[in-house]
Amino acid sequence: MTMKLHSKRACAIAALLLSGAMILTACGGGDGGGSSDEVTVTFLPKNLGNPYFDTSDKGGKAAVDEFGGKFEEVGPQEATPDGQVEYINTAAQQQVKGLVVSANDPKAICDALNQARDAGTKVVTFDSDTETDCRDAFVNQASAEGIAKVQVEMIAKAIGDKGEIAILSASANATNQNAWIKMMEEELAANHPDIKLVDTVYGDDDDQTSFDKTAALLQSHPNLKGIVSPTTVGIAAAARYLSDSDKKGKVALTGLGTPNQMREYVENGTVAEFALWNPEDLGYLAAYVAKALVDGDIKGEEGDTFKAGKLGEYTVGADGEVLLGDPFVFTKDNIGDFNF
Amino acid sequence: MNATTTTAGPTTRDYPAYGRPLWQRWLFTREAAVIALLLAVWFYALNNVAFFDGPLTITFLLQDMTPILLIALPMTLIIITGEIDLSVASVVGLSSVLVGVLHQDGWSIPAAGLAALVVGLLCGALNGFLVAYVGLPSLAVTIGTLALYRGLAVGLLGTKAVTDFPEKWTTRAKENIGDSPYPQVIIIVILLALVFAFLLHFTSFGRGVYDIGLNTEAAHFTGVNVRRTKLILFMLAGVVSALAGIYYTLRFGSSRGDNASGMELRVIAAVLLGGVSIFGGRGRLHGVIAGVLLIGVIASALRLEHYTVNVINIIIGLLLVASVMSNSVLAWLSSTTATRRNKRGPSPSVAPAGVGTEGRQ
Repeated sequence: MTMKLHSKRACAIAALLLSGAMILTACGGGDGGGSSDEVTVTFLPKNLGNPYFDTSDKGGKAAVDEFGGKFEEVGPQEATPDGQVEYINTAAQQQVKGLVVSANDPKAICDALNQARDAGTKVVTFDSDTETDCRDAFVNQASAEGIAKVQVEMIAKAIGDKGEIAILSASANATNQNAWIKMMEEELAANHPDIKLVDTVYGDDDDQTSFDKTAALLQSHPNLKGIVSPTTVGIAAAARYLSDSDKKGKVALTGLGTPNQMREYVENGTVAEFALWNPEDLGYLAAYVAKALVDGDIKGEEGDTFKAGKLGEYTVGADGEVLLGDPFVFTKDNIGDFNF
Repeated sequence: MNATTTTAGPTTRDYPAYGRPLWQRWLFTREAAVIALLLAVWFYALNNVAFFDGPLTITFLLQDMTPILLIALPMTLIIITGEIDLSVASVVGLSSVLVGVLHQDGWSIPAAGLAALVVGLLCGALNGFLVAYVGLPSLAVTIGTLALYRGLAVGLLGTKAVTDFPEKWTTRAKENIGDSPYPQVIIIVILLALVFAFLLHFTSFGRGVYDIGLNTEAAHFTGVNVRRTKLILFMLAGVVSALAGIYYTLRFGSSRGDNASGMELRVIAAVLLGGVSIFGGRGRLHGVIAGVLLIGVIASALRLEHYTVNVINIIIGLLLVASVMSNSVLAWLSSTTATRRNKRGPSPSVAPAGVGTEGRQ
């Protein structure tokens, strides 16, 4: 009789051992529970493993360390709104004081953000905004006008203010890219009548897709003189394609990129100049905005002023916007000074 | 030990499955082990993970797990027949896009949802037809339709998203039952779970599902309509996935072609973790539900402990490998004990479907 029971019991014992092992591995996690006075700031970028957000989070961490808070970086693997919602929910559960988010969708994460705000969390968006009623403040990296203007200036200069150009953007509903593209179109129509925007394609902020779209652009528009890519992933992929193709030097490329990704292409002449803000400063400023909101120094209303560490004094603009400053143009001469 | 076994009256039922008293047969199962593990992790997290005991935890956990819970129900039946459906997450995406596109064209949410359900049913029917009537392996068929349905979803909406859903419906998808922390949608999950549990465990259709998994030919000769059964199961998977897609869309208020991509793996992981054999013929629904919740609790606790998504995936992956391996280890254990038993006397008959680990030797 005992033998008969043996196999079943072995099954149960093995299962229990397995459970035990799992529980023990789970024990590794810390003891949790932050003290209630500490300013806890959680950074939630669009996705993890994106060098742009690695840099901005570095700035955020520097700021949080400076004012003696607790910094946390979480995020989904893919830049999707539903992936972000899980982390917003977790932040709400943890009752973090400040949540700094770059939104993957202006509306889809709104309810989750508002739920977190109801639980007492101050929400700051940076890089990519949500609708204004689901965050306390937005840190704008550069005004859309500023970015559109500098990109149009750069491409006009590169192609001699004449000819066909195309845009290689991120995803088709990326909030900021779409705003910039619209203003670039207006700027082109108003001040550069000889430049013709022939196509706008979307590389989805994916290296391979952007690479393929660049190839397709050059094929379908043989007279193309220049490409503007207002996304860091796009411009790097396009530069990689151009620098190995026979169009190198014939088709100008400019847009928004990071110095480390573009260094090679600026030095080999594929790209003459490109622009960006400093993402590290952006993260730094966002963390200080979160702190000012948590401390009650600002309410996110127009005219509120606060001090952001080394960056100095800032004033909140309309709709709770805080503007970082003018975009910065990187060229062969100054790229060596930057490392991000 | 003797006392307990005699009270069970082994004189009337002398084959192993009924050789022990009911409480032992209920307790010493894989399903019970998964439930025990779920409770253990839950209580561990409650005491050791900061904020796990907050009121939001259970709400978010159930909201996160609802699509997986839903799809795991038909998936359990499909895997018990020895087949698999990898296209479920793509059907979720397609249904989500359909709801969005149709709503944009002015359809009401119920009408758009109904259309999505019909399309889900058709998607499942195509899978089922190719598997059951054309006789192709389900792995190959559903890898194909995984790409096909996802392609349709992305093709319909491109990389755009529809987000302007009426407040009434998006709130309804997230509302709790009264003041309790339980989301309303859980009622639908419980109802469907009861339907599927009844179908699998208390009907001749359900017994046929196990028979197909154990031995398709024998099932055929004992009068099980193998083809029809498989077709129905794939259609159920399609329509339930579409339902999950509608919920997904309304919960996040976002209809996108890439919604729920990769979810099929989480569903299948949960089903296997819940004690369903990937070779078919064995598994029970309560184990699967515990498996889904176990994955949810682990992910939620790890997130609260500041682990990133990669660590969570690694741990769930290890858990899955361990659970699949434990099947083989247990099978090996029971086969060695069976050999030993053979030396002592006549071998006992093989247990009937769905009861015990030696079921598929």
